[in-house]
Amino acid sequence: MAAATSTASASAASGTPDVRKMPIAKALNEALRSSMENDPKVLVMGEDVGKLGGVFRITDGLQKDFGEQRVIDTPLAESGIVGSAIGLALRGYRPVVEIQFDGFVFPAYDQIVTQLAKMHARALGKIKLPVVIRIPYAGGIGAVEHHSESPEALFAHVAGLKCVSPSNASDAYWMMRQAVESDDPVIFFEPKRRYWDKGEVDVTAIPAPLHAARVVRQGGDCTLAAYGPMVKTCLEAASAAEEEGRSLEVVDLRSMSPIDFDTLQKSVERTGRLVVVHEAPVFLGTGSEVAARITERCFYHLEAPVLRVGGFHAPYPPARLEDEYLPGLDRVLDAVDRALAY
Amino acid sequence: MTVESTAARSMARRSGTGGKSATKKSASAPREAGGTTGTTAATAKRSKSAGAASPAKTENSGKPAKAAKSTRTSKTAQPAKTAKASKAAKAAKPAKTAKAAKSTASAKTTRTARTTRTTKAAPAVDGSAGTELVQLLTPEGERVEHPDYAIDLSDEELRGLYRDMVLTRRFDSEATSLQRQGELGLWASLLGQEAAQIGSGRALRDDDYVFPTYREHGVAWCRGVDPTKLLGMFRGVNNGGWDPTSNNFHLYTIVIGSQALHATGYAMGVTFDGADSAVIAYFGDGASSQGDVAEAFTFSAVYNAPVVFFCQNNQWAISEPAERQSRVPLYQRAAGFGFPGVRVDGNDVLACLAVTRAAVERARSGQGPMLIEAFTYRMGAHTTSDDPTRYRRDEERAEWEAKDPIARLRTYLEKDGLADDAFFASVEEESEAMGKHVREAIRTMPDPDTMAIFENVYADGHALVDEERAQFAEYLASFADPDEPAHSAASAGEGR
Ligand SMILES: Cc1ncc(C[n+]2csc(CCOP(=O)(O)OP(=O)(O)O)c2C)c(N)n1
Ligand SMILES: [Mg+2]
Repeated sequence: MAAATSTASASAASGTPDVRKMPIAKALNEALRSSMENDPKVLVMGEDVGKLGGVFRITDGLQKDFGEQRVIDTPLAESGIVGSAIGLALRGYRPVVEIQFDGFVFPAYDQIVTQLAKMHARALGKIKLPVVIRIPYAGGIGAVEHHSESPEALFAHVAGLKCVSPSNASDAYWMMRQAVESDDPVIFFEPKRRYWDKGEVDVTAIPAPLHAARVVRQGGDCTLAAYGPMVKTCLEAASAAEEEGRSLEVVDLRSMSPIDFDTLQKSVERTGRLVVVHEAPVFLGTGSEVAARITERCFYHLEAPVLRVGGFHAPYPPARLEDEYLPGLDRVLDAVDRALAY
Repeated sequence: MTVESTAARSMARRSGTGGKSATKKSASAPREAGGTTGTTAATAKRSKSAGAASPAKTENSGKPAKAAKSTRTSKTAQPAKTAKASKAAKAAKPAKTAKAAKSTASAKTTRTARTTRTTKAAPAVDGSAGTELVQLLTPEGERVEHPDYAIDLSDEELRGLYRDMVLTRRFDSEATSLQRQGELGLWASLLGQEAAQIGSGRALRDDDYVFPTYREHGVAWCRGVDPTKLLGMFRGVNNGGWDPTSNNFHLYTIVIGSQALHATGYAMGVTFDGADSAVIAYFGDGASSQGDVAEAFTFSAVYNAPVVFFCQNNQWAISEPAERQSRVPLYQRAAGFGFPGVRVDGNDVLACLAVTRAAVERARSGQGPMLIEAFTYRMGAHTTSDDPTRYRRDEERAEWEAKDPIARLRTYLEKDGLADDAFFASVEEESEAMGKHVREAIRTMPDPDTMAIFENVYADGHALVDEERAQFAEYLASFADPDEPAHSAASAGEGR
């Protein structure tokens, strides 16, 4: 799998670059808009996505411009939303479904796992399920219960689904465009606490492949691997470490299924150490799979066991404890310290 | 590199001083306005961006400020006044009413069935015209009779309902302002739904069991739950905050519709036990679309479970109008499942009480479930994070303002001389005391201990939780001032 080295790398290839600075939320909105303009079969559906534009305003203005048949306020029923999106896909549409918050995807879990994920295989490849399920996920916004969860491993574990999570505005734009174009179901995890983080988006660029990882900071002492909201945390950790004379490499995995192990392997072969960081509980999480695979691929390059930083085997705590629950720069650097101590 | 040297470095990195108290402060500081002492630049930045990502309108209000340390030490004192008040409210449930309800129970059942039959033919799909709305008190405060639902309350009981509604509204508006002040992360206001909640809540016996959504502050009040306990989850100090078994008032359920099934199962258990308690499940118009709610209807019908489904149709599910959920008036759904449904004026506390009593008595006497659709209106935003101007007209709210549940009962009480000025003044006074109680309680509400993350994950303990608890305690202790006794490390090994 090819790795991209920088966001803007390919923009020159397509002529005049059109670079705009925007927050992740706006980039997603723009991506949906472009996708709908390019393909009349693309639909947006979910709770409150119409007039309200979604509780995070990701679909803001789309109903006004594309009408109620393409931007559909659904009844309040997630199983209904995903189940009917499957039907629409069977009829040739490309539904982009919004689940209002991470904790509310579970009424739809049955449809996703038993139907959406398996239908292509059952039909011996005769039908395609181009459904995107957008989930604003993870914590850090001081919300009440069920609004801060990181359930990505529960989906990545299921064959037939692809799972991605952008960490910056440019990726948010391009990965959404690519997810909509994908003929496979994609669970699109949006790092809600980073929605308002701004970045440059070149809408004329040639994007990296959807499932390619990217080295977002180079370093020699230890690799940090993350995706979604934790990429920023890892970059901050790397800056703090630099002041102490340590050089950390940060790899943005971008995709949790499939995972671009080639890019990660190359990094670990250089640094000899790997710390995987996510908000989701560590136990049987994405990091567990990364640790196992990288250990197989890089056994003789590793100077330390692959370490994981993430959530505990406990329900997501009330908001006043989330700063301590969530992996921050200190917990990341603590793991780096431990890796370097071997 | 040695372990000690790395530990020392990370300690310095975190707090700048290496002190445990400083560490604590740095974790909470970003939430306090301007209180960034001891916070690393990176941490401050992190929390800033976090606050910015709150849904919609909360964008700039950010997270609630953590209680200052000085207030945290003073324990939550519960003013005697409110405690007494809520007890008095409970005592105001006279034996007479219960008897009255029971004596009419059997008659009511057949009548309810008739109501369903007649309304089944109603052609309306718009949710109001052509459907029968049970009403006993008009918006103008006129007492009217209904052929199927009679009610005979003492003056004292009537005044009690008024008082309940006023205090509930006061509590609610106080909570809304506390959210504005940053004391709560979020609040879901019940403004406009007081009659639906007090009327139904006062129809219940102590041994009945309530399954609320997240907006049933008035029902909680009727059950005798200290209102300030409802604030914890909205402040972010817990995910529940009260013992559901002490008032037979289950925890709030945020995931829409789930509790309808829990209520059904609980009611099945009541039947298996040969008891005559009733169970009531609250949910909204939006929730009526959830599979869980339809499945609850199916189960309760098949098992003839003594459960009352109390749907507050407040016309909106966030930005979606009730028509987005159904082509028929919601109460008519019950017919298809084989039990009666009735629509009641949700802003009429007398009608809500009368209809819920009938439904509860029906359940008690072995006649199974019933659906009540309380036709009401969400006067405020969905929650404090919501901006209703994006999706609904101001005029609509104004129309409902004229149907206010409290105003109409007050008019009736005044017009018929059922309450004097002294009564209204005393309720006003109590309402002030309630406001004070709530404000004080929130300011003295303790933050949870960090290690509470690992508490009550399992009833019988779990090796991984124990291991992670110990590791985390050790990690926290690595920041501790070596001169101070270690924080949680001592308790780290304790099994749970
Ligand atoms: C399963 C699930 N999906 C979505 C949500 C987000 N959500 C919270 S409240 C709400 C609307 C609920 O409307 P309604 O049932 O009418 O109750 P109301 O808020 O009007 O009291 C939605 C969609 C949720 N909490 N749970
Ligand atoms: Mg509603």
